[in-house]
Amino acid sequence: MTYIVNGETLESSAKTLSELLLALEYEGDWLATAVNGELVHRSDRADHRLNDRDRIEILSPMKGG
Amino acid sequence: MLTLYGTELGSRMLLGTARYPSPAILAEAVRQAGTEAVTVSLRRETAGGRQGGAFFELIRELGVRVLPNTAGCHTVSEAVLTAKMAREVFGTNWIKLEVIGHHDTLQPDVFALVEAARILAGEGFEVFPYTTDDLVVAERLIDAGCRVLMPWCAPIGSASGPQNIAALRTMRAHFPDVPLIVDAGIGRPSHATTVMELGYDAVLLNTAVAGAGNPALMASAFAKAIDAGRAAFEAGMLEPRDMAVPSTPVIGKAVFS
Repeated sequence: MTYIVNGETLESSAKTLSELLLALEYEGDWLATAVNGELVHRSDRADHRLNDRDRIEILSPMKGG
Repeated sequence: MLTLYGTELGSRMLLGTARYPSPAILAEAVRQAGTEAVTVSLRRETAGGRQGGAFFELIRELGVRVLPNTAGCHTVSEAVLTAKMAREVFGTNWIKLEVIGHHDTLQPDVFALVEAARILAGEGFEVFPYTTDDLVVAERLIDAGCRVLMPWCAPIGSASGPQNIAALRTMRAHFPDVPLIVDAGIGRPSHATTVMELGYDAVLLNTAVAGAGNPALMASAFAKAIDAGRAAFEAGMLEPRDMAVPSTPVIGKAVFS
Protein backbone atom coordinates (compact mmCIF):
# COMPACT_ATOMS: atom_id res chain seq x y z
CA MET A 1 0.00 0.00 0.00
CA THR A 2 0.94 3.62 -0.43
CA TYR A 3 1.43 5.76 2.64
CA ILE A 4 2.47 9.37 3.10
CA VAL A 5 4.93 9.34 5.99
CA ASN A 6 6.11 12.73 7.25
CA GLY A 7 5.20 14.16 3.86
CA GLU A 8 7.04 11.52 1.80
CA THR A 9 5.13 9.03 -0.31
CA LEU A 10 6.29 5.43 0.07
CA GLU A 11 5.19 1.86 -0.53
CA SER A 12 5.00 -0.65 2.29
CA SER A 13 3.42 -4.01 3.00
CA ALA A 14 2.85 -3.01 6.66
CA LYS A 15 -0.79 -3.33 7.69
CA THR A 16 -0.73 -1.66 11.08
CA LEU A 17 0.98 1.42 12.43
CA SER A 18 3.36 -0.60 14.60
CA GLU A 19 4.31 -2.78 11.60
CA LEU A 20 5.04 0.36 9.61
CA LEU A 21 7.25 1.78 12.38
CA LEU A 22 9.15 -1.50 12.51
CA ALA A 23 9.52 -1.66 8.72
CA LEU A 24 10.89 1.89 8.64
CA GLU A 25 13.22 1.16 11.57
CA TYR A 26 11.69 3.67 13.93
CA GLU A 27 12.41 2.65 17.47
CA GLY A 28 12.43 4.15 20.96
CA ASP A 29 9.83 5.22 23.49
CA TRP A 30 10.02 8.91 22.59
CA LEU A 31 8.02 8.91 19.36
CA ALA A 32 4.55 10.33 18.88
CA THR A 33 2.35 9.22 16.00
CA ALA A 34 -0.68 10.59 14.20
CA VAL A 35 -2.71 9.23 11.31
CA ASN A 36 -4.77 11.57 9.13
CA GLY A 37 -4.54 14.35 11.69
CA GLU A 38 -5.52 12.26 14.73
CA LEU A 39 -3.18 11.21 17.52
CA VAL A 40 -2.63 7.44 17.76
CA HIS A 41 -1.47 6.54 21.27
CA ARG A 42 1.57 4.34 21.70
CA SER A 43 -0.61 1.58 23.14
CA ASP A 44 -2.98 1.66 20.13
CA ARG A 45 -0.38 1.39 17.37
CA ALA A 46 -0.49 -2.41 17.13
CA ASP A 47 -4.26 -2.36 16.62
CA HIS A 48 -4.34 0.62 14.32
CA ARG A 49 -4.92 -0.74 10.81
CA LEU A 50 -3.70 1.49 8.01
CA ASN A 51 -5.51 2.30 4.79
CA ASP A 52 -4.10 3.14 1.39
CA ARG A 53 -3.01 6.80 1.13
CA ASP A 54 -3.09 7.33 4.91
CA ARG A 55 -1.08 10.35 6.05
CA ILE A 56 1.19 9.39 8.91
CA GLU A 57 3.19 11.75 11.08
CA ILE A 58 6.03 10.46 13.24
CA LEU A 59 7.43 13.10 15.57
CA SER A 60 10.30 13.09 17.95
CA PRO A 61 11.65 15.47 20.65
CA MET A 62 13.65 18.40 19.41
CA LYS A 63 15.16 21.53 20.83
CA GLY A 64 12.76 24.45 21.07
CA GLY A 65 12.27 27.91 22.46
CA MET B 1 8.31 30.93 45.11
CA LEU B 2 6.84 30.75 41.62
CA THR B 3 3.79 28.50 41.30
CA LEU B 4 2.61 27.48 37.84
CA TYR B 5 -0.48 25.27 37.69
CA GLY B 6 0.23 24.07 41.22
CA THR B 7 3.90 23.30 40.57
CA GLU B 8 6.40 25.27 42.60
CA LEU B 9 9.59 26.36 40.88
CA GLY B 10 12.62 27.73 42.69
CA SER B 11 13.80 29.74 39.69
CA ARG B 12 11.97 32.53 37.89
CA MET B 13 13.87 31.87 34.70
CA LEU B 14 12.56 29.48 32.08
CA LEU B 15 14.98 28.60 29.34
CA GLY B 16 14.61 27.47 25.74
CA THR B 17 16.82 24.67 24.43
CA ALA B 18 17.37 25.81 20.83
CA ARG B 19 20.27 27.45 19.01
CA TYR B 20 23.10 26.57 21.41
CA PRO B 21 26.51 25.84 19.88
CA SER B 22 26.44 22.30 21.33
CA PRO B 23 24.40 20.07 23.67
CA ALA B 24 27.16 20.39 26.29
CA ILE B 25 26.86 24.18 26.24
CA LEU B 26 23.08 23.92 26.55
CA ALA B 27 23.51 21.70 29.61
CA GLU B 28 26.00 24.11 31.16
CA ALA B 29 23.68 27.09 30.51
CA VAL B 30 20.80 25.27 32.23
CA ARG B 31 23.03 24.58 35.24
CA GLN B 32 24.33 28.15 35.42
CA ALA B 33 20.82 29.57 35.12
CA GLY B 34 19.54 27.33 37.90
CA THR B 35 16.41 27.03 35.79
CA GLU B 36 13.93 24.32 36.71
CA ALA B 37 11.90 24.31 33.48
CA VAL B 38 13.00 24.24 29.85
CA THR B 39 11.04 24.47 26.63
CA VAL B 40 11.27 21.72 24.04
CA SER B 41 9.63 20.96 20.72
CA LEU B 42 8.63 18.15 18.37
CA ARG B 43 9.69 17.65 14.79
CA ARG B 44 9.47 15.06 12.07
CA GLU B 45 12.15 12.49 12.67
CA THR B 46 13.95 10.64 9.92
CA ALA B 47 13.69 6.86 10.03
CA GLY B 48 15.32 5.50 13.14
CA GLY B 49 14.41 8.44 15.33
CA ARG B 50 17.82 8.46 16.97
CA GLN B 51 18.49 12.20 16.87
CA GLY B 52 15.35 12.86 18.84
CA GLY B 53 16.24 10.08 21.20
CA ALA B 54 19.64 11.59 21.95
CA PHE B 55 18.08 14.98 22.63
CA PHE B 56 15.42 13.38 24.84
CA GLU B 57 18.13 11.66 26.86
CA LEU B 58 20.01 14.95 27.32
CA ILE B 59 16.86 16.65 28.62
CA ARG B 60 16.11 13.77 30.98
CA GLU B 61 19.63 13.99 32.39
CA LEU B 62 19.14 17.70 33.16
CA GLY B 63 16.46 16.71 35.67
CA VAL B 64 14.24 19.72 34.96
CA ARG B 65 10.57 20.02 34.05
CA VAL B 66 9.79 20.31 30.36
CA LEU B 67 7.41 22.76 28.76
CA PRO B 68 6.75 21.49 25.23
CA ASN B 69 5.80 24.09 22.65
CA THR B 70 3.71 24.17 19.50
CA ALA B 71 6.23 26.34 17.66
CA GLY B 72 5.68 26.65 13.94
CA CYS B 73 1.95 25.93 14.09
CA HIS B 74 -0.23 28.34 12.14
CA THR B 75 -3.70 26.86 12.66
CA VAL B 76 -5.85 25.68 15.55
CA SER B 77 -5.87 22.08 14.32
CA GLU B 78 -2.08 21.96 13.89
CA ALA B 79 -1.51 23.39 17.35
CA VAL B 80 -4.02 21.07 19.03
CA LEU B 81 -2.61 17.95 17.37
CA THR B 82 0.98 18.99 18.14
CA ALA B 83 0.02 19.55 21.79
CA LYS B 84 -1.51 16.08 22.00
CA MET B 85 1.57 14.52 20.40
CA ALA B 86 3.80 16.44 22.82
CA ARG B 87 1.82 15.11 25.78
CA GLU B 88 2.29 11.58 24.44
CA VAL B 89 6.07 12.03 24.21
CA PHE B 90 6.88 14.16 27.24
CA GLY B 91 4.20 12.92 29.63
CA THR B 92 3.17 16.37 30.84
CA ASN B 93 -0.03 18.39 30.60
CA TRP B 94 2.01 21.57 30.29
CA ILE B 95 1.97 23.12 26.83
CA LYS B 96 3.43 26.38 25.58
CA LEU B 97 0.77 27.24 23.06
CA GLU B 98 2.00 29.14 20.03
CA VAL B 99 -0.17 29.80 17.01
CA ILE B 100 1.78 32.01 14.69
CA GLY B 101 -0.14 34.62 12.71
CA HIS B 102 2.54 36.46 10.79
CA HIS B 103 5.70 35.22 9.08
CA ASP B 104 7.87 38.28 9.61
CA THR B 105 6.98 39.31 13.14
CA LEU B 106 6.06 35.82 14.38
CA GLN B 107 3.30 37.50 16.28
CA PRO B 108 0.58 35.22 17.57
CA ASP B 109 -2.73 34.75 15.79
CA VAL B 110 -4.64 35.63 18.92
CA PHE B 111 -8.01 34.52 17.55
CA ALA B 112 -6.73 31.03 16.80
CA LEU B 113 -4.79 31.08 20.07
CA VAL B 114 -7.93 31.59 22.15
CA GLU B 115 -9.76 28.84 20.27
CA ALA B 116 -6.89 26.38 20.62
CA ALA B 117 -6.49 27.25 24.30
CA ARG B 118 -10.16 26.50 24.95
CA ILE B 119 -9.94 23.11 23.24
CA LEU B 120 -6.74 22.14 25.03
CA ALA B 121 -7.88 23.33 28.48
CA GLY B 122 -11.00 21.21 27.94
CA GLU B 123 -8.80 18.18 27.34
CA GLY B 124 -6.87 18.61 30.57
CA PHE B 125 -3.91 20.59 29.27
CA GLU B 126 -2.30 23.28 31.39
CA VAL B 127 -1.87 25.96 28.77
CA PHE B 128 0.90 28.58 28.72
CA PRO B 129 -0.25 30.84 25.86
CA TYR B 130 2.31 32.90 23.97
CA THR B 131 0.29 36.06 23.47
CA THR B 132 0.57 39.79 22.90
CA ASP B 133 0.18 42.42 25.61
CA ASP B 134 -3.47 43.01 24.62
CA LEU B 135 -5.72 43.06 27.68
CA VAL B 136 -8.88 41.85 25.98
CA VAL B 137 -7.10 38.88 24.45
CA ALA B 138 -5.69 38.12 27.89
CA GLU B 139 -9.22 38.17 29.34
CA ARG B 140 -10.39 35.76 26.65
CA LEU B 141 -7.49 33.43 27.38
CA ILE B 142 -8.41 33.39 31.06
CA ASP B 143 -12.04 32.67 30.08
CA ALA B 144 -10.75 29.83 27.89
CA GLY B 145 -9.13 28.21 30.93
CA CYS B 146 -5.57 29.55 30.95
CA ARG B 147 -4.14 30.09 34.44
CA VAL B 148 -0.82 31.51 33.23
CA LEU B 149 -0.24 34.16 30.56
CA MET B 150 2.92 34.66 28.54
CA PRO B 151 2.90 38.04 26.80
CA TRP B 152 5.69 39.01 24.46
CA CYS B 153 7.64 42.19 25.15
CA ALA B 154 9.03 42.33 21.59
CA PRO B 155 9.11 39.92 18.61
CA ILE B 156 10.66 36.48 19.14
CA GLY B 157 14.44 36.51 18.77
CA SER B 158 14.55 40.28 18.21
CA ALA B 159 16.52 40.99 21.41
CA SER B 160 14.98 44.46 21.43
CA GLY B 161 13.62 44.41 24.97
CA PRO B 162 10.34 45.83 26.30
CA GLN B 163 8.69 47.89 23.56
CA ASN B 164 5.58 48.88 25.49
CA ILE B 165 6.21 49.29 29.19
CA ALA B 166 2.81 50.91 29.73
CA ALA B 167 1.01 47.89 28.29
CA LEU B 168 3.05 45.49 30.44
CA ARG B 169 2.34 47.60 33.50
CA THR B 170 -1.38 47.67 32.74
CA MET B 171 -1.46 43.92 32.25
CA ARG B 172 0.25 43.37 35.60
CA ALA B 173 -2.22 45.67 37.34
CA HIS B 174 -5.20 44.06 35.64
CA PHE B 175 -4.24 40.47 36.51
CA PRO B 176 -2.70 40.70 39.98
CA ASP B 177 -3.23 37.01 40.73
CA VAL B 178 -2.35 35.40 37.37
CA PRO B 179 1.26 34.29 36.92
CA LEU B 180 2.63 36.45 34.09
CA ILE B 181 5.74 35.36 32.23
CA VAL B 182 7.40 37.58 29.66
CA ASP B 183 8.07 35.31 26.71
CA ALA B 184 9.98 36.58 23.72
CA GLY B 185 11.92 39.70 22.84
CA ILE B 186 14.32 39.98 25.73
CA GLY B 187 17.92 40.56 24.64
CA ARG B 188 19.84 41.69 27.71
CA PRO B 189 19.80 41.07 31.44
CA SER B 190 18.70 44.67 32.01
CA HIS B 191 15.56 43.96 29.95
CA ALA B 192 14.78 41.06 32.25
CA THR B 193 15.36 43.21 35.32
CA THR B 194 12.98 45.84 33.93
CA VAL B 195 10.07 43.44 33.49
CA MET B 196 10.73 41.78 36.85
CA GLU B 197 10.70 45.22 38.51
CA LEU B 198 7.24 45.71 36.97
CA GLY B 199 6.14 42.68 38.97
CA TYR B 200 6.24 40.00 36.29
CA ASP B 201 6.54 36.55 37.81
CA ALA B 202 9.11 35.07 35.47
CA VAL B 203 10.94 35.38 32.17
CA LEU B 204 11.27 32.85 29.36
CA LEU B 205 14.48 33.22 27.38
CA ASN B 206 16.22 31.43 24.60
CA THR B 207 18.06 33.35 21.91
CA ALA B 208 19.45 35.95 24.33
CA VAL B 209 21.30 33.16 26.12
CA ALA B 210 21.95 30.67 23.31
CA GLY B 211 23.22 33.34 20.91
CA ALA B 212 25.57 35.01 23.40
CA GLY B 213 29.33 34.69 22.97
CA ASN B 214 29.42 32.64 26.17
CA PRO B 215 25.93 31.17 26.73
CA ALA B 216 26.66 29.70 30.17
CA LEU B 217 28.02 33.01 31.47
CA MET B 218 25.03 34.86 29.99
CA ALA B 219 22.66 32.38 31.66
CA SER B 220 24.29 33.23 34.96
CA ALA B 221 24.02 36.97 34.25
CA PHE B 222 20.32 36.62 33.46
CA ALA B 223 19.69 34.61 36.62
CA LYS B 224 21.18 37.42 38.72
CA ALA B 225 19.29 40.10 36.77
CA ILE B 226 15.98 38.29 37.24
CA ASP B 227 16.61 37.80 40.96
CA ALA B 228 17.57 41.48 41.31
CA GLY B 229 14.43 42.68 39.54
CA ARG B 230 12.21 40.42 41.63
CA ALA B 231 13.85 41.50 44.89
CA ALA B 232 13.43 45.16 43.89
CA PHE B 233 9.74 44.59 43.16
CA GLU B 234 9.23 42.90 46.52
CA ALA B 235 11.24 45.58 48.35
CA GLY B 236 9.14 48.41 46.91
CA MET B 237 10.79 51.05 44.76
CA LEU B 238 10.62 54.83 44.90
CA GLU B 239 8.61 56.66 42.32
CA PRO B 240 10.73 59.05 40.23
CA ARG B 241 10.31 62.78 40.91
CA ASP B 242 11.44 65.88 39.08
CA MET B 243 13.13 67.85 41.86
CA ALA B 244 16.14 66.94 44.01
CA VAL B 245 15.72 65.72 47.57
CA PRO B 246 18.78 65.97 49.83
CA SER B 247 19.79 62.56 51.14
CA THR B 248 21.87 64.01 54.00
CA PRO B 249 19.69 65.42 56.81
CA VAL B 250 19.65 69.26 56.87
CA ILE B 251 18.68 69.59 60.55
CA GLY B 252 21.68 70.52 62.76
CA LYS B 253 23.74 71.70 59.80
CA ALA B 254 26.50 74.19 60.75
CA VAL B 255 25.98 77.86 59.82
CA PHE B 256 29.24 79.57 58.77
CA SER B 257 28.05 83.02 57.83
